[in-house]
Amino acid sequence: MKITLNGVEREISGNLLDQALRELGYCDGAIATAVNGEFIPKTQRLDIVLSEGDRIEVVAPMQGG
Amino acid sequence: MLVYDTKLSSRLLLGTSRYPSPAVLTEAVKASGTDVVTVSLRRESSNERSGQGFFSIIRSLGVRVLPNTAGCHSVKEAVTTAHMAREVFGTTWVKLEVIGDRTMLQPDVFGLVEAARILCDDGFQVFPYTTEDLVVADKLLDAGCRVLMPWGAPIGSGQGLNNIPGLRAMRARFAEVPLIVDAGIGVPSHAARALELGMDGVLINTAVARAGDPVGMARAFADAVKAGHAAFIAQPMLPSDVAIPSTPEIGLAHLV
Repeated sequence: MKITLNGVEREISGNLLDQALRELGYCDGAIATAVNGEFIPKTQRLDIVLSEGDRIEVVAPMQGG
Repeated sequence: MLVYDTKLSSRLLLGTSRYPSPAVLTEAVKASGTDVVTVSLRRESSNERSGQGFFSIIRSLGVRVLPNTAGCHSVKEAVTTAHMAREVFGTTWVKLEVIGDRTMLQPDVFGLVEAARILCDDGFQVFPYTTEDLVVADKLLDAGCRVLMPWGAPIGSGQGLNNIPGLRAMRARFAEVPLIVDAGIGVPSHAARALELGMDGVLINTAVARAGDPVGMARAFADAVKAGHAAFIAQPMLPSDVAIPSTPEIGLAHLV
């Protein structure tokens, strides 16, 4: 299935958000996620079923003013 | 300074962006004596994982983090970013920015009030980046904000305090509300001026990060903030339109 991760098209095999994150290299760490612009709490990543073309955003701490 | 029932020993808040290196950032934070640093959220690459390294540096500093919603131009973006920040940083504090003008990075105060209300209702402790507009300030307080962050000048401009009468009016109107000048301060004298006016604190980023010696500048800002606040407590003299001799005129020898 094709999805978009942080603006880049990617191919994934699993259809749960949690599976997709692991497949795409986000096994751990301080990250937050959104799917199609909606915040998905960490506790819900196992419940979110992805669809073709979904837009996933993965963010982490960064410098800020 | 007391913000959201948290006592801060320093009236200087420091941004973490645009430093020449992580080592300089670390030393600047220490030199500033700040209790609070601002941070943001950005896309994380699964290869570089740069956010994880940055976060470990921030955690090692032992200061509070104030996540921002910088770059958000809509209520939805800002509210979603705030939720993500609460999960990542484990804090209900959020420096709420809803930007309305791309050139001046001026806050969209209509969106700001709407987002502030949503987030306050959801348990966030909101630090709104706003203008010195009294009506907007009133609406932000009504929305649940207990701190206000009026701008000094456009973000990163270093212009200083562009509307001193406006800030003075804000201080007079909201005597009990912590006011932290956010944005536009260029040199320590600007920060001292803000504190002399009775502002409770200042948030500085670019002025320290882009100085020739960021660590030295962080120290200079720390001194300026202390001096400015001490001056405010000591009640500055009132200015006069005409000269007032400081040397007594009584007893002046008649020499003509």
